[in-house]
Amino acid sequence: MAELQLREAIRAAMVEEMDRDEDVFLMGEEVAEYNGAYKVSEGMRDRYGDRRVIDTPISENGFAGLGLGAAMDGLRPIIEFMTWNFAFVAMDQIINNAAKIRYMSGGQFSFPIVFRGPNGAAGQLAATHNTSVEALYSCFPGLKVISISNPDDAKGLLKSAIRDDDPVVFLESEFMYGMRGEVSDAEDYIIPIGKARVAREGDAVTIIGHNKSYWRALEAADMLKADGYAAEVIDPRTIRPLDWETVLASVRKTNRCVIVDESNPFASVSSEIAFQIQARAFDDLDAPLKRVTAKDTPAPYAKNLIEYYLPSAEDVYRACREVMYLD
Amino acid sequence: MPIAIDMPKMTDTMEEGVLREWSVEEGDKITAGDVIAQVETDKAVMDVEAYDDGVLLKKIAKAGEPIPIGGLIAILGDAGEDVSEMLASYESNGTATKLVTGSPAESVEATPVIEKETASPSPSSPSNGRIKASPLAKRMAVDHGLELANLVGSGPGGRIIKRDVQAEIVRIPASGGTPSVPEPVDRTVESVRISQMRKVIARRLSESKFTSPHFYLSVDVDVASLVAQRKAVNIYLEKTGGPKVSFNDFVTKACASALVLHPDVNVTYAAQDGIIQRYNYVDIGIAVAIDDGLVTPVIRDAHVKSVVAIAEEIQSLATRARDKQLSPAEMEGSTFTTSNLGMYGIESFTAIINPPNACILAIGAIRDTPVVENFTVVAGKRMKLTLSSDHRAVDGAVGARFMATVKELLENPASLLL
Repeated sequence: MAELQLREAIRAAMVEEMDRDEDVFLMGEEVAEYNGAYKVSEGMRDRYGDRRVIDTPISENGFAGLGLGAAMDGLRPIIEFMTWNFAFVAMDQIINNAAKIRYMSGGQFSFPIVFRGPNGAAGQLAATHNTSVEALYSCFPGLKVISISNPDDAKGLLKSAIRDDDPVVFLESEFMYGMRGEVSDAEDYIIPIGKARVAREGDAVTIIGHNKSYWRALEAADMLKADGYAAEVIDPRTIRPLDWETVLASVRKTNRCVIVDESNPFASVSSEIAFQIQARAFDDLDAPLKRVTAKDTPAPYAKNLIEYYLPSAEDVYRACREVMYLD
Repeated sequence: MPIAIDMPKMTDTMEEGVLREWSVEEGDKITAGDVIAQVETDKAVMDVEAYDDGVLLKKIAKAGEPIPIGGLIAILGDAGEDVSEMLASYESNGTATKLVTGSPAESVEATPVIEKETASPSPSSPSNGRIKASPLAKRMAVDHGLELANLVGSGPGGRIIKRDVQAEIVRIPASGGTPSVPEPVDRTVESVRISQMRKVIARRLSESKFTSPHFYLSVDVDVASLVAQRKAVNIYLEKTGGPKVSFNDFVTKACASALVLHPDVNVTYAAQDGIIQRYNYVDIGIAVAIDDGLVTPVIRDAHVKSVVAIAEEIQSLATRARDKQLSPAEMEGSTFTTSNLGMYGIESFTAIINPPNACILAIGAIRDTPVVENFTVVAGKRMKLTLSSDHRAVDGAVGARFMATVKELLENPASLLL
């Protein structure tokens, strides 16, 4: 096992896939000469040259469309958005073209493309740079959505995403690029899309969290452990298709569930998970589902407010105790 | 609403600031950007500016006092506004200079996303008749055959939840499966001298049971007609001032009539004399329970007495028996005995032969029971009669024929009134 930063694990996945398949290329703002806004693509231009590691102008709608054209023509682009906040201007390409044209062309065209970049809150960046987009992209059939929480999953899932013949939205985190973690040394390490990870087993409560929220879930599980309760922590890893089997099996065991999701609450991933659980495990529920999300406002700038705005481990812990009828 | 002015972080390494000098006075009108005080930090003396417009309501910090970053130094607001609430919120935190409001840990309760339900464990007696229970608790209750209404909910608003059902599941086998044995207290043995009557009962019945080989014959008598007949007779007797006739009187009469037809049952096995005595009269002993034993007053010549006469005589004898007014002569010399425990709900039983009789008839309760008539199940009335016979004197077929006659007579009760 090698200990890698998240950025290194993502880079390793791209490098392995670019070594393996010369149709794979990386395109985005600052990915080449500057070695990446977060140094994810450090050294890749030197390794592959300008032809396969391509700097773009600030024109997300343009280079997202360029990527789709290349994918339509048989290449396998990786499109990096400096943050997913900037991809809003490219939504026509992602939603109307990437998600739908395979369907509308009766399968004549497919898009083996990965759109990747950091998602969600990243500190005092104010409202326009702190958006969580997973719910947005998950609601369009035709897109696969992955949101990773650690270097190992990042590597295994990004390799799967690059090889997938459908468009994949791959969500990273600015806060976590420097996070270190063990990454499998296995040759050609692949984690299949659509498989959740039971990070910790327990029977007292199920806590579901992806990306940064996974760590809040884990911290809350530690707090519950100190109280003498074993929480089961699930990282869905793939938001769409979501691994309902694993989620439902856990809820059937614990009879209660808290969902942690740093998105705004309305029509979020947590809404859908809560809906599916109540619909498919109604008779196994001993308490109403609870979720801990961002507050229902644009992200604030002030330090104390952005901290208050985002889910905290304490929030998750309290929600768990509530569904466990402890408080 | 008053606005707090906190000690700002003025340098990267600053942890607290010492208020040097106020630039304004309480009651002064302040415009955003005005310097209100000078603060000495670890690096320099710097100006503190107001970020809002308003009137300086209260100076909190005193000159020369060190205040941590975020600590309250002054309160701004509209002229005359009450600042006590804001002061209280700072003071209630223990340190007047520690920021309370807006800190994430303290504000979780106000979070609109974590909808807080107030958990107040209370009995699940629902105010509107609806029992609140979690889906899981409902399913568990059904699986274990428990009534939700019998459970007390410990969830919010008295909601019945998993742990409540589990507690009930654990409780029920504990109380239902192994009945708790009450702590034995004050265990004493009372000694009561055996009464003369009990000695007689013991001796006579032991002798009977140990010397005469008993065998038993049971019949189930259809008493539907008898029930109707008795009712009619009693209505008549009531009008004419006669006694009430009981089923037992009819059975006694039936036995008397049958014994005439089956004299081999109306006998005594007298082993010591080497003879069997056969009687040409029927004296029927009637077992009567009294306070500390039982006696068997005798109806003399029952075969020639009407049901009504038998009824009258039994009532008189039974009353006198309970009052212990019977003479020994009235309890001796029976040729046959009946014993009736039907009034206690006993369906059938076997009696010990009353010496010197050869037989005794045990009479059970009249019961409503489904019976088959013409290939159809209908409601019927039945009474079980069981004859105990001394096989030394009476054989099975003899007893059986006698019982068949008794059954026939009781099923056609008009013949008993002849």
